[in-house]
Amino acid sequence: MSISRRKLMQGTAAAGVAATVVGPAIAKGKYDEGATDKEIKIGHTNPYSGPASAYGTIGKAIDAYFKKINEEGGINGRKVTFISQDDGYSPPKTVEVIRQLVEQEKVLLVFNTLGTPPNTAIQKYMNAKKVPQLFVATGASKWGMPKEFPWTMGWQPDYNTEGQIYAKYLLANKKDAKIAVLYQNDDYGKDYLEGFHKGLGDAGKKQIVSEVSYEVTDPTVDSQVIQMHSKGADAFFNITTPKFAAQAIKKAGEIGWKPMHFLNNVSASVSTVLKPAGFEFSQGILTAAYLKDPTDKQWFGHQGYLEWVEWMKKYHASGNIQDSFNVYGYTVAQTMTHVLKACGDDLTRANIMKQAASIKGLALPMMLPGIKINTSATDFYPIQSVQLQRFKGETWELFGDILAAESA
Amino acid sequence: MNWEFVLHQATSGLANGAIYASVALALVMIYTATEHINFAQGEMAMFSCYIAWQLIDWGLPYWVAFFCTIAISFAGGVAIERVILKRFHNAPVLAVIIVFIGLLVIFNSIAGWIWSTVLKQFPSPFVDIFPTTKLVGPHQLGVVLTILIILTGLYLFFRFTPLGLAMRAAAQNPVSARLVGVRVNWMLALGWGLAAAVGAVAGMMVAPIVFLDPNLMAGILLYGFASALLGGISNPGGAVLGGFILGLLENGIIVVENLVGVTVFGNELKLTVALIVVIAVLIFKPSGLFGKVRVKRV
Repeated sequence: MSISRRKLMQGTAAAGVAATVVGPAIAKGKYDEGATDKEIKIGHTNPYSGPASAYGTIGKAIDAYFKKINEEGGINGRKVTFISQDDGYSPPKTVEVIRQLVEQEKVLLVFNTLGTPPNTAIQKYMNAKKVPQLFVATGASKWGMPKEFPWTMGWQPDYNTEGQIYAKYLLANKKDAKIAVLYQNDDYGKDYLEGFHKGLGDAGKKQIVSEVSYEVTDPTVDSQVIQMHSKGADAFFNITTPKFAAQAIKKAGEIGWKPMHFLNNVSASVSTVLKPAGFEFSQGILTAAYLKDPTDKQWFGHQGYLEWVEWMKKYHASGNIQDSFNVYGYTVAQTMTHVLKACGDDLTRANIMKQAASIKGLALPMMLPGIKINTSATDFYPIQSVQLQRFKGETWELFGDILAAESA
Repeated sequence: MNWEFVLHQATSGLANGAIYASVALALVMIYTATEHINFAQGEMAMFSCYIAWQLIDWGLPYWVAFFCTIAISFAGGVAIERVILKRFHNAPVLAVIIVFIGLLVIFNSIAGWIWSTVLKQFPSPFVDIFPTTKLVGPHQLGVVLTILIILTGLYLFFRFTPLGLAMRAAAQNPVSARLVGVRVNWMLALGWGLAAAVGAVAGMMVAPIVFLDPNLMAGILLYGFASALLGGISNPGGAVLGGFILGLLENGIIVVENLVGVTVFGNELKLTVALIVVIAVLIFKPSGLFGKVRVKRV
């Protein structure tokens, strides 16, 4: 009897403490499923197998970054448990894996799930379950709609905006240009194309003399390049993935076509696109960037780059030091860490979304100088600014102002 | 009429055709030797190509690496037959197909694991030999010549050497071949080795054009199949012609549309149209344009 009374007393006392000050004996903070005093559980999907497995290194990079965070004591004292699953870039598989992560593993949130089709497949589910789907790894323009999908947020600058930026630059810098466009015949290519059209406006659209597409199964785009050249185009928007970008640059060089050449950011890597295509054919190509290219010599002495290399060597040794996806994974994981830190001891899903939507002027070491992450309750597009760069010699040369989506 | 445009499209079509033809040749090789179509052929060629890249990266001169790769691929092909496929000699066709698909996935994943999926530049040996013209790159010219050389070599081998005859016999009638003293099992292994070697050359011809990554052959294998079937899967010369025809046909559609000034199919459907033509041909000539009609006794 006396024992039970004592227990009761303790219980009441503890409850009282918890209600006023958060006492260390009970729980440090407010939690939803997937978070405790010691742990934060994060779910992730990525294609580690199949045709899109080149992206797999992003998942490995994120995992390696959280390993570093955990070794350094975690986030506000909590260790990150990063559960990354293979979905093979197949939407039905993504749905299955995500349900497992949410309902069995009970993750606190889902982060940087990769690909437009996989994310489209899980978006409704995530929002119905009210589990954050944060910083998705796709450049489609549909991830920043807080009214319809308050639990989903993108990260990188979207393709549509980037297309608009090139169009505006083209109109301002080349009078009466005859424009040619080469695009991949899928959502990604069409998103860019639509932005480019929007940027050109009705008058500008009439300047397009050739608009040709290719399929990912095409062996080469040589025939398309010849078609654009034969129409007398002197400006060229190149919406292609790395392999085809390198082919197009090379073929254009070989047939002596020298247009004002815009290359989409997707293929702006020095070592995997411009070097294989040939530096002699790459001179003067324009692109928009927000991250530092790990193969660009101009960053080799910078503090941020050196830290990244050190991290690559220590935590992600199997990764390729030339692969810009490793810069991507590193930087997006830093963004996630920033948000979780800002949450403090309130690790509820609602607070995570609130903090994700209140990032102000966050600059990260591998983003270009001057590019900052900003979000608000109505702005679910974290990175909206890019800077144009021109290829010269063997590196990119930044020029002009930082261009933001709204002002573009 | 813009003749320069027509000429450009024609040479680019022929250059693409040469790529298809080289893969088609490897497919014909293995079919001639084993009566199977090897779905892993493309991935094996890709893997050989990585071996060549690695040797060159270690500092070997191109031609040394080229012939070393052919030798390694030949040995690898023989080994695959002796170690894996030997156990499926009496298995149903479906089981063999699953093995081929398994090999495809395995080679693809291992290549990505060892060499990463980052795009690599593969050197062309023809850049210093032939001049660069606006019409056709030196490498494209070299590819066409290489294919004609391999084709002649294969023709002479199968037509005039006892070993070639024994290989054909082993594939077409294993029982009788065994009775006259042909070592059928080793002939099959030899066929795999030759196919792997031809595939290696095909890969090394393709890679400088489309750049090297683990999915090097994913799309091209389809074209290779179509070319081989169009020309006749049992006839190396036919398969090569099939490749060139397919390449020309694809670009021909674009040329005609440009001349007439209407776009009906465009780049989106040019392959579809080309494949419809292939199917139409096969309906009327199931063994392909130049394939031998084979009669089997039941």
